[in-house]
Amino acid sequence: MLQQVETSRAIAETVALCRPEVVCAYPITPQTHIVEALAEMVRTGELNPCEFINVESEFAALSVAIGASAAGARAYTATASQGLLFMAEAVYNAAGLGLPIVMTVGNRAIGAPINIWNDHSDSMSMRDAGWLQLYAETAQEAADLHILAFRVAEELSCPVMVCVDGFVLTHSYEQVDLVSQPAVDAYLPPFDPRQVLDPAEPVSIGAMVGPEAFLEVRYLAHHKQLRALERIPDLARDFRQTFGHDSGRLVRSYRTEGAETIAIALGSVNGTIQDVVDELRKEDVSIGSVSVCCYRPFPVAALRSLISGARRVVVIEKCLAPGIGGILSTDIRTALTGTGTPVLTAIAGLGGRPITKASLRELFLKAVTGELEELTFLDLHTELIERHLERERRQRRSGPTAENLLSDIRVLAGQIG
Amino acid sequence: MPAPIIKFYQTGTFTVGNRLLDEDVASVQSDTLRPNVLTSGHRACQGCGEALGARYALDAAMRATNDQLIVANATGCLEVFSTPYPESSWRVPWMHSLFANASSVATGIAAAMKVKGRAQVRVIAQGGDGGTTDIGLGCLSGMFERNDDVLYICYDNEAYMNTGVQRSSATPPAARTATTPAAGSQPGNPFGHGKSVPLIAMAHRIPYVATASVADLRDLEYKVQKSMRLHGARYIHVHVPCPLGWGSEPRETIRVARLAIETGLFPLFEAEFGKVTDRTPIRHVKAVEEYLRLQKRFAHLFQPGADPAWIRSIQEIANDNIVEFGLAEVSHA
Amino acid sequence: MGHSAHMFSHLGEIAQLGISPVAPRWSDTHSSDLDAQMLNPSEGKAHRMFQVRIHGRGGQGVVTAAEILSIAAFLEGKHAQAFPTFGSERMGAPVTAFCRIDDHPIRLREPIVAPDALIIQDATLLHRVPLFDGLADSSYLLINSTQAFEELAIREFAKPLPRERCCTLPATRLGLEHVGRPIPNAALLGGFAAISEILTIDSIADAIRRKFSGRVGEKNVEAARAAYGFVMERKITHAPAG
Repeated sequence: MLQQVETSRAIAETVALCRPEVVCAYPITPQTHIVEALAEMVRTGELNPCEFINVESEFAALSVAIGASAAGARAYTATASQGLLFMAEAVYNAAGLGLPIVMTVGNRAIGAPINIWNDHSDSMSMRDAGWLQLYAETAQEAADLHILAFRVAEELSCPVMVCVDGFVLTHSYEQVDLVSQPAVDAYLPPFDPRQVLDPAEPVSIGAMVGPEAFLEVRYLAHHKQLRALERIPDLARDFRQTFGHDSGRLVRSYRTEGAETIAIALGSVNGTIQDVVDELRKEDVSIGSVSVCCYRPFPVAALRSLISGARRVVVIEKCLAPGIGGILSTDIRTALTGTGTPVLTAIAGLGGRPITKASLRELFLKAVTGELEELTFLDLHTELIERHLERERRQRRSGPTAENLLSDIRVLAGQIG
Repeated sequence: MPAPIIKFYQTGTFTVGNRLLDEDVASVQSDTLRPNVLTSGHRACQGCGEALGARYALDAAMRATNDQLIVANATGCLEVFSTPYPESSWRVPWMHSLFANASSVATGIAAAMKVKGRAQVRVIAQGGDGGTTDIGLGCLSGMFERNDDVLYICYDNEAYMNTGVQRSSATPPAARTATTPAAGSQPGNPFGHGKSVPLIAMAHRIPYVATASVADLRDLEYKVQKSMRLHGARYIHVHVPCPLGWGSEPRETIRVARLAIETGLFPLFEAEFGKVTDRTPIRHVKAVEEYLRLQKRFAHLFQPGADPAWIRSIQEIANDNIVEFGLAEVSHA
Repeated sequence: MGHSAHMFSHLGEIAQLGISPVAPRWSDTHSSDLDAQMLNPSEGKAHRMFQVRIHGRGGQGVVTAAEILSIAAFLEGKHAQAFPTFGSERMGAPVTAFCRIDDHPIRLREPIVAPDALIIQDATLLHRVPLFDGLADSSYLLINSTQAFEELAIREFAKPLPRERCCTLPATRLGLEHVGRPIPNAALLGGFAAISEILTIDSIADAIRRKFSGRVGEKNVEAARAAYGFVMERKITHAPAG
């Protein structure tokens, strides 16, 4: 049913349709609206049977999910930013144990400096934890991906992170087609665990593994991801047939046919990019874009076939690997090995900095004319940087960086827009 | 092969219950058909108090739950020595996730059982003192506060033994560990105010808190069985000597543990909803020196030049415990 | 003559004044010939998005107002995207929320930099926050104030806008009168429907009811309708003689 709804609400209602049996929650902006809505649904009995557990930390949230999942219950939690880091040990553990937990990450920057706004630093920090990572492009996809996530998680016995841009999507009120319970039931079979703690059939889970088998266990984790790469397109096709939504592909291309320049990004910024692509196409600029929905496993072959014909690729990254630059870019370069296609990286939108059409347009035009450097920082306030570097040159005790910059631009922390 | 014949010469002792007693008072361990949840062949050291305590505790829990039990285990000695895969000593559904989260994992298991309508399946979380009093305390407190239907058992051997005997918040004052060496004028672990997780547990007003010791295994069985008749969050803190870390003889494990009780250094008590309801009185109070002398971790207290104030301070701790928990009441009566 | 007829004549007059109309082009809501005149033929079937920016303070229902606008647009079969810029969630702090309305799915995710309409829920922000950034020559401006528009001396802050598209509204007072709380958002939405006719007052009322059920919803609808009447009356008064 088509509804105008906050995306967090749409996510919560969709998660509820997946019949999670244990939901654990710890508040952190911007994912809170999701678990608040689920708490309400459990209280009213709309979501039943389900145990909703208010835990004392994100670490406990995922640990409770680990216990529940190992005992055969469908488990869900959500987090963001510092919360994801606080649960980091359990993130790896859940994947290592092969527990099909689904977790929403309301993508948010990581401090210091503390920042509640959107970028991808949080989920990117966990990209190699062994979870599948799916990035939602639209509100509709943010909701839909959760159904697909439970399906693929349980089929492969592997946890899945659904990454949803904080505020930009989580707090956006949009039109979403909320699917029906019978349709979800038809798409998502009951959880049939590969391993389960059961007194009727005692097993030990979580033993120490030495050098004799550790590599093989890790290889199988990799193998699982490769299987996901095969399964996700099929599951997305099933999804389209069942629900009529085009959600959960590995990658989604936009006007890439014959495009000389291809922009690549994760998540909701793809919408803005597509608007810019349309504008530039009208001006006869040969440009297209690719939205990477499935980031782990990384769809090397799918991307390669889409973008290797381009003369250049511009990766818009909402995260930064200090000391090298891009993260997604590195993976894109792997996909383009041997093609000689240059990969240009633009770090953009960190800590909620708006990524505007105007800036993207300028960026793409620079790329087209060959003026774009291999690594750029979109809308970087260079004057501010110079001022600070000068201050450091001038005095040893130059003071805390963030506070200095804020004084420099004379705005209060957190005041944007 | 016929079962080995074990002879018991006493009844009603504090060591093992006697199968000659009536079934309802006989110890679980005296039953030839005992569950043997932590079965033989594991890799614990000789004289390991933790292995002994865990076997008694879990067998008692199995008996109390009619074998409907799932166990979550924190990282630590117990986890490592019990599961040298492909072998596992656990004859119970058992899971190890991480060091700090055994209580949360147990909460998740209990929630799963509840939601699946299998609330008869009960859950125990267990860990050492590091996993309980240090790194796992946040999760443990959360589990207490929510009153989740989990029994948490802490096997307290007073340091991080698995990693090579480093200090934990359960390490007693003056004890020498790898990170509190007795060097120069330093008496090993500094004197502080300590950290009593049983008292912290009681502050959560949970249904049941108890301390127990491998020196009184019948008492341990009793407390575990009692706790499994209750629902909600429960906590049992078991004192388990570690011959390796304490520098005591493996054959002295029970004796060392008993002296901890008899000196007043490890009071045995039960509490319900935050109030102490029972304690084990000390029949003959022993001086702490007797306890300390058996352990090399306290050897520096007895060397020439050692400050006698150190032992006096430890004695004061024991005396305070005796007063605080009323451990001498019966003997004075 | 009904409200919408007034509106059309009003817009027609603007067109006659040579001010290019920026805003609404939905044939389903504006089905008169006058409306057809407004369409720029060169745009063909191209659409134009209508963007609303709402400024206020935490606790005044700024975000809710944008959400209600989006629901009203949805109820009229349009696509809408409402979103906030959140700071820390404290009462009294400046808050901005946005609403885009379009006939087509909205992909754009940037904050609204060039609003077609500006709703200011708290006049004390006039001196504090750069409210008028990106305002087009023909944008709508609605301010919560008991003062008349002229008395606010807006020219100190913003370039001149078509007078017919600017309005003040005692929205806090209307909130107090009808809802019993000094929350101006429902009234401002009614005022917005009146001044811009982007959305009908009936859609606004339905959207309010969807957001707030029962009595609270009805009281807010009352506030919105009262504000709608207030603005319509003033609009007729202010409409330049044709």
